[in-house]
Amino acid sequence: MLDAQGLRKSYGPVLALDAVDLTVEKGDLTAVLGPSGCGKTTLLRCVAGFERVDAGTVTLDGRAVAAAGTHVPPHRRHVTVVPQEGALFPHFSVRDNVGYGLDRSARRGGRVDEVLALVGLDGYADRMPHQLSGGQQQRVAVARALAPRPPLVLLDEPFSALDATLRTDLRRDIRAALRADGATAILVTHDQGEALSMADHIAVMRAGRIVQHGQSNQVYEDPADPWIAEFVGEAMLLPATIANATTVDTALGRLPLRGAAGAAGRVRVLLRPEQLSPTDGDLAEVTRHEYHGHDTLLGLRLADGTPLLARVMGQRTPPVGASIGLDVLGAVRAYGDA
Amino acid sequence: MPRPALFVAATGALAVALLPLVYLLIRTGEAGLGRIADEVLTRRVAELAGRSIALMVVVTVACTVVGVAAAFLVTRTDLPMRGAFGVLAALPLAVPTYVAGFAWIATVDGFEGFWAAALVLTLCSYPYVYLPVAAALAAADPAQEEVARSLGRGPWRTLTTVTLQQARPAIAGGALLVALYTLSDFGAVSILRTDTFTRAIFTAFNLGFDRTGALVLSTVLVLLTMVLLGLELVSRTRGARYAGGGPRRPATRFHLGRLRIPAVSALVAVGLFALGVPAASLVRWSIAGASRPGTLAEIGAAAGNTLSVSLGGALLTLLLALPVGLLTARAPGPIATLVDRLSYLAHALPGIVIGLSLVFFGIAVAYPLYQTVWLLALGYATLFLPLAVAAVTGAAVQAPPVLDEVARSLGRSPFVVLTSVTLPLMVRGIGAGAALVFLTCVKELPATLLLRPTGMDTLATELWTHTSTASYAAAAPYAALLVGVAAIPTWLLGRRTGLT
Ligand SMILES: Nc1ncnc2c1ncn2[C@@H]1O[C@H](COP(=O)(O)OP(=O)(O)O)[C@@H](O)[C@H]1O
Ligand SMILES: [Mg+2]
Repeated sequence: MLDAQGLRKSYGPVLALDAVDLTVEKGDLTAVLGPSGCGKTTLLRCVAGFERVDAGTVTLDGRAVAAAGTHVPPHRRHVTVVPQEGALFPHFSVRDNVGYGLDRSARRGGRVDEVLALVGLDGYADRMPHQLSGGQQQRVAVARALAPRPPLVLLDEPFSALDATLRTDLRRDIRAALRADGATAILVTHDQGEALSMADHIAVMRAGRIVQHGQSNQVYEDPADPWIAEFVGEAMLLPATIANATTVDTALGRLPLRGAAGAAGRVRVLLRPEQLSPTDGDLAEVTRHEYHGHDTLLGLRLADGTPLLARVMGQRTPPVGASIGLDVLGAVRAYGDA
Repeated sequence: MPRPALFVAATGALAVALLPLVYLLIRTGEAGLGRIADEVLTRRVAELAGRSIALMVVVTVACTVVGVAAAFLVTRTDLPMRGAFGVLAALPLAVPTYVAGFAWIATVDGFEGFWAAALVLTLCSYPYVYLPVAAALAAADPAQEEVARSLGRGPWRTLTTVTLQQARPAIAGGALLVALYTLSDFGAVSILRTDTFTRAIFTAFNLGFDRTGALVLSTVLVLLTMVLLGLELVSRTRGARYAGGGPRRPATRFHLGRLRIPAVSALVAVGLFALGVPAASLVRWSIAGASRPGTLAEIGAAAGNTLSVSLGGALLTLLLALPVGLLTARAPGPIATLVDRLSYLAHALPGIVIGLSLVFFGIAVAYPLYQTVWLLALGYATLFLPLAVAAVTGAAVQAPPVLDEVARSLGRSPFVVLTSVTLPLMVRGIGAGAALVFLTCVKELPATLLLRPTGMDTLATELWTHTSTASYAAAAPYAALLVGVAAIPTWLLGRRTGLT
């Protein structure tokens, strides 16, 4: 559906996009995940046609919309956007907002009510934007973007201005709406939880480049470098020594390697807190609790002083000060010294 | 609109607005450097320049003080009858300076000279500061003030370090308009016999013997304007754009306490001087003047002409201002700033210079326009373009660019986006600009005298004809009606300050 190759864009001295490659398959929801200021919004604006790229190509459905000497204007790209603040037209009712991108026959054909139902807002068509809550405004913005059945929908941190509980519901509903409509979408976010819970694929972005692109679980379980490991989820990077082609030696004992050993000798291995499970023993001391309701994050200290985190579910939480042993679940990934 | 189209449209509008300036430069150039030096480097020019600048400084400072104080009182304090005072404070804008000048001369013996002119100009022009500052204060985000208070700043420190900073672009913009107006004013200075550039230019033109001298003086005036524009630009660099969608809560009001009575008295005194004195004189004369036979038909015709040429002028001005204002708001950068600044240049030219250059343009270049109301409308557009540009730029805040982008992404062409999203959102602000330009056209005198088709009289020209033959009684009904017509858009502007 979307194929972007070698996109480059700078604002004066600031290089916002530095050779970005990104492909999105039809019907897919891809999250572009990266810290604030890494160029996510710029990427969306280049795809939508609001900005001209300095170099590179954007191909939509086989049609080159941005390339050397080509710049198809936004209104001929059939790419719709959902900006961060929703940006509803304040002088139009919900119905007119949603119907703005439709031709007359589609408007009369009931498409407006259809997409409003999809985002859970049937019955709101005649309200004005200022009569809606923030979450409802975002839903209308999504409905408006879906209405013309565009080949690609771009969402730029659409949930970041909302509070946490609202956000969870909205994420679920919006994802369902995108699915139900068979839409292809790119969701930009700096929130790894949002990316993991909503997207089929994640493209991790750093300083104007896509540094890893894969299925969501793959990015979490097998991050391409330590920075990505720490950005996507809770990560511990433990010093280790390669023992042989399939195992490493660590302070927690000998652990199986995931994938190839890469470098030889001294490495660091990635452990996620949920890979550590407390057992009887005296390998580590519990230093603190971080209670999350459904689970608890334990702060641990090994005998040599190395700090660790372990996620435990339910009631089996050892008290602070207790000495425990640790089981390591699954394999670990090793990184050469960066 | 895509930027290239916007840019072309803005440049076109600017070219129209700068026609008189081109004429001025060509004619001044023809005079030759030696002649220019002879004209400029004289004791008289130095005196005129000194007096014009002094008048400008005094009036601008006075208008800023009065305008900001009035705006603060009606928007941010517990002043009684705020709504009424809010409109009252705007109304002096409806009084042309030549009407106010006559009223004062007829009321106070020996009322003439520099300080008399300064007083009249201040009373008639402070609403140029009051209106934008009141709007800015009413729309400013109260959260900023609350943060300042929570960080331990007292009410006065908060006022000076936060509140007035929020209104700073509005204050600077209003002060600029006052300064430009004072430089170019003709009515008050000629009636109150103060020799400034404008009066000297008019005298030179009128006596017909020294057109080149007058043109050279006008060029000096343009240079002064450029300095002013530069100064305002410097003061503007820290101003904020896209202030957000207006306040969610009204600001907390300052308790006047014992200052209540002095505050009310000050506002009443300004109202009495600016409105009461002209009103009293006009009523006195009108009773005598309206009794002459045949007057009513003449007055009716003049009022009709005033309405139609002012409407035409306001429409044309807005049409030209739209691309310039949108360019400044949407594609800020050095080019937009230059275009915006250039639109001010003609504003400071005396109406007489605009008038003569357009007569020349009509005869030499656009003969079909000559002796039509369209040439007069063009003159108004040239003179008042910056007023409309400022209104359009301000209104563009109501239509943030992200809405345009969303609309474009939904498959609408730039023109459809402009007419369905951008303009409807800007319509209130543009309406205010139209009211201001209309009002200024109604009051305009010197360009109207020169550019009206032969035989067509407006309220302003009839008034001028009668007063210059010292028949005050005959002039009074025109003056009263003129102020009445001008008061309607002023009323609307006063009500827009966001307090009612
Ligand atoms: N219009 C602009 N002018 C100048 N710099 C910009 C502009 N837009 C973005 N930038 C810069 O480009 C970089 C990427 O910005 P952006 O794409 O908005 O990041 P993100 O959306 O990931 O937070 C930042 O360093 C930002 O400061
Ligand atoms: Mg962003």
